[in-house]
Amino acid sequence: MSVYLPEFMQKLHAQRADEAASLSRRGFIKITGLVGGGLVLAAALPKGTHEASAQPSGGASFDANPYVQIQPDGKIVLYAKNPDVGQGVKTSLPMIVAEELDADWQHVEVRQSIIDAAKYGPQFAGGSLSIPMNYDLLRKAGATARAMLVAAAAKNWSVPMSELTTQASTVRHAASNRSATYGQLAEAAAAMPVPDAASVTLKPQQNFKLLGTRVTGVDNAKLVRGEPLFGIDQRVPGMLFAAFAKAPAIGARATSANLDKVKTMRGVKNAFIVAHQGDPISFNPAAAAVLSGVAIVADSTWNALQAKKALEVQWDTAQASSDSWTNAVTQAKSLATKPAAQVLGEGGNVDAAFAAGKTVEALYTYHYVAHSDLEPQNCTAWFKGDSIEIWAPTQTPQNAVDAVAALLSLPKEKVTLHQLRGGGGFGRRLANDSVCEAALVSKQAGGIPVKVQWTREDDMAFDYYRPGGFHAQKASVDSAGKLTAYQNHFITFTMDGKQPVSAATIDKTEFPANVLANNRMVQSMIPSKIPTGPWRAPGSNVIAFCIQSFLHECAVAAKRDYVDFLVDVMGEPRATSAGPFGGGLHTGRAVNVIKTVAQRAQWGRTLPKGRGLGLAFHFSHQGHFAEVAEVSVDANKKVEVHKVWVVADIGPIVNLSSAENQCQGSVIDALSTAMGLKITFEGGKVEQTNFHQYPLVRIDKVPDVDVHFLATDYSPTGCGEPAFPPAAPAIANAIFAATGQRVRTLPFSVEGYSV
Amino acid sequence: MLTLTINGRSHTVGDEVDPQTPLLWVLRDTLGLVGTKYGCGVGQCSACTVHLNGAPIQSCQVPASSAVGQQITTIEGLAPNGAALTAVQQAWIEEDVAQCGYCQAGQMMRATALLARNPKPTDDDIDRDMSANICRCGTYTRIRKAIHSAAAKIAKTGGAA
Repeated sequence: MSVYLPEFMQKLHAQRADEAASLSRRGFIKITGLVGGGLVLAAALPKGTHEASAQPSGGASFDANPYVQIQPDGKIVLYAKNPDVGQGVKTSLPMIVAEELDADWQHVEVRQSIIDAAKYGPQFAGGSLSIPMNYDLLRKAGATARAMLVAAAAKNWSVPMSELTTQASTVRHAASNRSATYGQLAEAAAAMPVPDAASVTLKPQQNFKLLGTRVTGVDNAKLVRGEPLFGIDQRVPGMLFAAFAKAPAIGARATSANLDKVKTMRGVKNAFIVAHQGDPISFNPAAAAVLSGVAIVADSTWNALQAKKALEVQWDTAQASSDSWTNAVTQAKSLATKPAAQVLGEGGNVDAAFAAGKTVEALYTYHYVAHSDLEPQNCTAWFKGDSIEIWAPTQTPQNAVDAVAALLSLPKEKVTLHQLRGGGGFGRRLANDSVCEAALVSKQAGGIPVKVQWTREDDMAFDYYRPGGFHAQKASVDSAGKLTAYQNHFITFTMDGKQPVSAATIDKTEFPANVLANNRMVQSMIPSKIPTGPWRAPGSNVIAFCIQSFLHECAVAAKRDYVDFLVDVMGEPRATSAGPFGGGLHTGRAVNVIKTVAQRAQWGRTLPKGRGLGLAFHFSHQGHFAEVAEVSVDANKKVEVHKVWVVADIGPIVNLSSAENQCQGSVIDALSTAMGLKITFEGGKVEQTNFHQYPLVRIDKVPDVDVHFLATDYSPTGCGEPAFPPAAPAIANAIFAATGQRVRTLPFSVEGYSV
Repeated sequence: MLTLTINGRSHTVGDEVDPQTPLLWVLRDTLGLVGTKYGCGVGQCSACTVHLNGAPIQSCQVPASSAVGQQITTIEGLAPNGAALTAVQQAWIEEDVAQCGYCQAGQMMRATALLARNPKPTDDDIDRDMSANICRCGTYTRIRKAIHSAAAKIAKTGGAA
């Protein structure tokens, strides 16, 4: 089962479910069930308690629920609950409300909501879950508000509700040719009782007018004018700027520093050691944890950074990482030849199948990578003695509140967090390490507003990296060219000797183990102190490369076309076991996307020498994705990716513009990461420092990316991640088609390839 | 004391600011013009791109003192004080280019300079200039489309980039 979700999210869900249940007992909200991991609230949402806004016409606003406020002048304010880090949910979530509300999008103003679990349930950006967790809830929020507007009009006109229709923010009674705008009805609607959940009807999908269309981002106008939006743009009166120096070897602790000298430097107001707190090496968004270091508080970022350069710090390295990537590779190669330490899962008779068939064996390797959000980590905090105010571009604002409350021993109610746009997330901003740092720095600086700003070098050296790893795979094919058995000896890293580090697991039901009778998934672990965490499509982002490349090797060994081979492995259309956050792989949906992408890319056509097509499929985040890459490779192993075709089944599309953008961006991200990105470390110190050693692709290397969504009526699922995993194996398989050379390492640059 | 001409206005920066401070940080921290972004600090990503006398520069690499007496234009100066958006800004909205949007100020500044010099750039021209800028989200397909679209708008109206 490929629905890989970070363990912390499961905890988060359990925690928010508990909180919501508690609130429910107090009569605020009704929980009707758990679907797709999301709390499904009954339509009896709490009536809105939005901030008062100027009322030009003197009437009252209709605060229908936490998502909808209709003002008497006709403005419709919709509240976006989750952080936007580039995945577009500040636009797409309100679109869902607007559809059921029958709001004219031109009348809509979107505002970022406050952080409040009682009103909004879970608020986070992760796991491509914003859409699946909120789709039903937001439709009901829109439909409930609409029903109250209709009820108000029915009362005003003394006509039955059934005779009224809505369109473009207007209620209309055709028989008497009367109509009223939502603004005109706002005050009356506010006096209507909230209808019972069961009485609120939702639109049939075929009547959608807004969903599925292209809607441009609600913050675009501000973005193009350079208005403040991001965490880094935050300014607070009296705010100072802080730099934070950490030890080169991850986890070392500052014992002393030349603070007196640094304090005399230009613009420096304060400098102090911040003690190690909690367990900052382990990824945990809600943890009160900080890596020890030295904070410098100054009147500008530049002055803080100059003083940081002049720092001389003594570090206690007793508990620091001394990890070496070179050593890890040596250990992994040795482990791959030995029996695995643990059996994750086993079915059928793998050894008998191996003995009877033709076997294929290969070791796949992938390096660690950094998130490299273009906005380096930062946070603004203002400790006020018995409370704290925080401005953070975090993906997990509720966890950030938990973390800061624990760190400063404050009640959660005393932690106010303003969620700001994140300049990229990709999983990096799930962690709240920079938030904890800023909170402590503000407190230790004496309770002044401080923005802690990481440099690019800090951001690259102190990440929760996508873990590296190794897949020693073996499979057999029979004389008919069918896959008969699959074995994966997964070699990963561990901190506690019991569990893999964060985002470094494989599920025993990963494809093709979930569709093949003879399967064996086993695991060995190498000790490590390098912090790891979720990175766009965690797990899947490397598993897809290892497995889809290896299955292509099997198809080649079986002398079969990969599309035929893969469709054969899928077998009869059926749903495989469901995961904790929804359905598992559906082989029928998989075959549909595989066949459609093959058709769109004209799979099987003859290409000139040195040019090839490669295909890969991966199911993750409840999305079925197949991709084809067309590449050329020259004699110097220089790769040109001409075009990539993406075909996806993620149910109905919410915002076509954003969904297409996410898929194109995911493919380009995957191309970048597969071709040249790696983080290596020796002596516990990360070796790459800035973009000159971490070559993200630029516009001149980018292929045309054709994106096609199958029109299906499954529940809509997320789009920020699942287009990423198939791209690297599609490119690798295309390189094989072009050259006959198999790439078994991420990034491909390690094997001599370049773009 | 430094006097900088930014978006047509004169700004005086006091002695508390080191004249060697990169223009980027004077814009952001001292003057509050935060539209120009910090990405790498070493001239690799171009998120900090502004115009110096109309030419694109990486403001993280230019000491504020060396910008004295020259015309500095930032993203805030493309359509100042609510003025009508430029063709580039309009195209960026219409093509819905941004994902996170963090790099886009730098992208738009470089695209604006490109179109001012070369009103009808080819894909190769776009590659040559725009490959100075990193977009971590990978919105390059739409950046290219938006530049072509802005070029078409300029050709139609005869306006400026």
